[in-house]
Amino acid sequence: MEHSKNSSRDLFPGALEMMILESLRRQPAHGYALVQHIQQRSNNLLQVEEGSLYPALQRLLKAKLVRAEWTVSSSTNRRVRVYEISRAGISHLEREISRFDRMLEGIQMVLGPARGTENS
Amino acid sequence: MSWFERIFRRRNLGDELAEELQGHIEEKTEQLMRDENLSRTEARLAALRAFGNTALVETRSREVWQWSWIESLLADLKLALRRLIKSPGFAATVLLTLSIGIGANTAVFSVVDSVLVKPLPYPDSDRLVSLTLNAPGAAGLASFQKGLPLSGSMYFTFSENSRTFQSLGVWIAQKANVTGLARPEEVKTILVTDGVLEALGVPQIAGRELTAADQAPNGPKSVMLSYGYWQRRFGGDRSVMGRTITIDSQTRTIVGVMPQGFRVVDHDFDVLVPFAFDRNKQTLAGFGLEGIGRLKPGVTIPEANADIARLIPVWMDSFSNGPGSDSHWYAKWRITPNFHSLKREVTGSVGSVLWIVMGTIGLVLLIACVNVANLLLVRAEARQLELSIRAALGAGRGRIARELLFESVLLGLIGGALGIVVADAGLRLLVSIGPANLPRLNEVSLDSRSLLFTLLISVVSGLFFGSIPAWKYSRDQATMSLGATRSVSSSRERNRSRNILVIAQVAMALVLLVCAVLMIRTFQQLSKVDPGFADAASLQTLHIAIPESSIADQLMVTRVENNVADKLASLPGVTAVGFAGVAPMEDGGHGWSLIYAEGKTYAGDAPIRFYNYVSPGYFQALGTRLIAGRDFTWNEIYDRRQEVVVSENLAREEWGSAGAAIGKRISQGYGEPLYQVIGVARDVRQNGVDQNAPAIVYWPILTTGPFLFPPRSVTFAVRSSRAGTQAFLNQLQQAVWSVNADLPVAAPRTMQEIYSKSLARTSFTLVMLGIAAAMALALGIIGIYGVISYAVSQRTREIGIRFALGAQKGELRWMFVRSALALTGIGVLIGLGAAAAVAQLMRTLLFGVSPLDPLSFAVVPLILLLAAAFASYLPASRATSINPVDALKAQ
Repeated sequence: MEHSKNSSRDLFPGALEMMILESLRRQPAHGYALVQHIQQRSNNLLQVEEGSLYPALQRLLKAKLVRAEWTVSSSTNRRVRVYEISRAGISHLEREISRFDRMLEGIQMVLGPARGTENS
Repeated sequence: MSWFERIFRRRNLGDELAEELQGHIEEKTEQLMRDENLSRTEARLAALRAFGNTALVETRSREVWQWSWIESLLADLKLALRRLIKSPGFAATVLLTLSIGIGANTAVFSVVDSVLVKPLPYPDSDRLVSLTLNAPGAAGLASFQKGLPLSGSMYFTFSENSRTFQSLGVWIAQKANVTGLARPEEVKTILVTDGVLEALGVPQIAGRELTAADQAPNGPKSVMLSYGYWQRRFGGDRSVMGRTITIDSQTRTIVGVMPQGFRVVDHDFDVLVPFAFDRNKQTLAGFGLEGIGRLKPGVTIPEANADIARLIPVWMDSFSNGPGSDSHWYAKWRITPNFHSLKREVTGSVGSVLWIVMGTIGLVLLIACVNVANLLLVRAEARQLELSIRAALGAGRGRIARELLFESVLLGLIGGALGIVVADAGLRLLVSIGPANLPRLNEVSLDSRSLLFTLLISVVSGLFFGSIPAWKYSRDQATMSLGATRSVSSSRERNRSRNILVIAQVAMALVLLVCAVLMIRTFQQLSKVDPGFADAASLQTLHIAIPESSIADQLMVTRVENNVADKLASLPGVTAVGFAGVAPMEDGGHGWSLIYAEGKTYAGDAPIRFYNYVSPGYFQALGTRLIAGRDFTWNEIYDRRQEVVVSENLAREEWGSAGAAIGKRISQGYGEPLYQVIGVARDVRQNGVDQNAPAIVYWPILTTGPFLFPPRSVTFAVRSSRAGTQAFLNQLQQAVWSVNADLPVAAPRTMQEIYSKSLARTSFTLVMLGIAAAMALALGIIGIYGVISYAVSQRTREIGIRFALGAQKGELRWMFVRSALALTGIGVLIGLGAAAAVAQLMRTLLFGVSPLDPLSFAVVPLILLLAAAFASYLPASRATSINPVDALKAQ
């Protein structure tokens, strides 16, 4: 992966957390699987510096939005820490998504209707 | 997870994270090997690259759980301490520099704070005002008085009619004799009217306060004691209330004691005595009292001025100077109130001195900080490799800058803690010397405000000298490399910040040195001034006061004084004795009067002249030459001949020359008795070395003019080579008691002490500036030395090459010295501009020297250039002793 400074940052504060939570809502996962999932889902448009995931995961753990448990992965036979979204995590995610939607809507309205329809 | 678990699971957390990250990378590696057919090594490198900075990720993840700032602070603290202990030389140099710099600042701050900033130790002291009057119409008055003092009649007028004062009163500090206790003793007395203690508002600690009843002319004779006198004479005995003591032969009842540390304005005292003025006997004149008042809440000083200005005509209507006198005569004086806050009265002119001292000491700290910054820069450069490695291992840029800053703040704090010790010692020294008539010295202490100030400047200096290397480091980081630098000569870039620091140092040192040299020149000029008396060290002075209640008759008083003088003259080693109302440069006892020369007409009133009463032999004892005519004789004095001696400048002013004055006559008014001038004495700097000699009239010690009141308190001047020794003082005391056993000898001082006291302000400023300038010069030399020797060590290879190409030792030496001189030169140019500006601020402290004194402004740059040459010569000659082969092999 080309190291570019732009991709090492979140797009905006909280975006990475939101994507992690969304991925975990679909399916509990360990760190590596999460990265894979996010990159696949975004068609590799979002290239997250893989390491930046971990501080975000710790923040979510601390806020009790996710739970973590050490298990042995069935596929790799490796000891991994699997993260699972909590009830609080789900409601937090929903709040964040609706806030994000509103923000996106706002940005599109500013950028103009033509552009808005073109993109959708 | 509770905070408890968080602390104890910390290690666990770190291990888990490490395992998790490791797992991630391995999984990625395996996948890359599978998907892209890479070798394990290639795949692992790719995985690491995709992952980013592992160490940083780990730190960031861990920080989520930490009270990160405390934890990393503790880690930084440990690291910084360890590093300091490992380089004791560096630590000692820096801490010594800082402790002296910070300590000096703390000490001066404590003084400035206690003297200038804190309110006076009276409740609501901002409402206290000093009642001073201006009288621009009283010719000559301004030359030797700070304003017109109040008279008793003014006190009655003002206190009865003012609308702006809650209370006001007048007071005066005097000396009085206490007899009947152990041996006769002269005590410091303050006479007060009703209103003074009320205005100050400090309650007594025992007994009762003086009341209006105590002020009745024929009321009870009462007295209050100071805490010190109560302890000293009565051992703090509470049963002393109601007992009597004899003050100036008047028996008085002790009614109360004032608390410890209580002063009237800035006067210490032993006893407080009520004036007990008789209102009916007050005249308009008798200006000699100090006034103090407490404003009503919300009243401003201009309002009070306006209020009292309204009362000046009332005063002239209500009182007179006796039958037939024109009570509106004083309208010509144009008396106006010029009240100011009591604090300004107390701190007086010392403010400008203290602020200058504070400024210079602050500058010294700045120079010290610059020096420390320079040392830190060198150290940071020596650690560049270490820092590069740490950056490569994933230390955040901010983390390293913070650590550098932290180390310097730690240095600042330790320096500050040591500085408190320095400041404490300095203040003890200062209080024990008691310089410069420094007011409120008894209130000076290292209190919580001083400690807070120390903390503040410690942190600020730490941040200041630490931010230079930290800023430089973070800027340089982009170009930092792990490979050894193999440049041949030192890069310009690298030295620039150090050079700027040296230039700043030189400029600041120059400012301080110029100020110090200006003070030295002032002191020189003052020492050159002829004070009008000779050889002050062998002139003993002492006070003797004979109260009216003890000897009523003026003639008898003079006879006793004459006997004392004769006794003193007969002591072994005494060559001359005389006495006068007041000795030169002594405080208090100033008299002044209109003086008319016979046959001259004046536009308006004649000028007001300073006068003194003198005995025969006084001029001889003082060493004041009589330029024309002769001294009084005792026979003439007892004959009450109307004769007078005048000062040279008065003779010149009135009659053109000293010789022409002899035989002329003067009086205190048209139709008043005429006194014949029999002698002209050389000018005496009566009010201090830095004040012009006033024109003086010397009345004979016993005289009977209507406006002349020969003093009951006189200063004896005894010329002897044994002056100032305890044995001599004992003999003087015995000689006085052999004439009258009730007479205490007070305030024995040599003329030298009085003279030095009048120079005290100058010498205090000189010493403080001298210390500051010496520190600045030393720090400047160290700074230049450091920069040049560092440059030498950096350019070893270049020196080797130059040698190999045939450069001469002298040329190389000159190369380094020249660079030091160039830096110093720039610093000097900047400093000269700054010094010229600062010297203007010092104008009031200078005497006989222009603020732009060419000598000072020429000598100081020379000193600095010489110092720079010296400081750079040492490392430069070390450079030239380098063996070129070794130099080229090095690195």
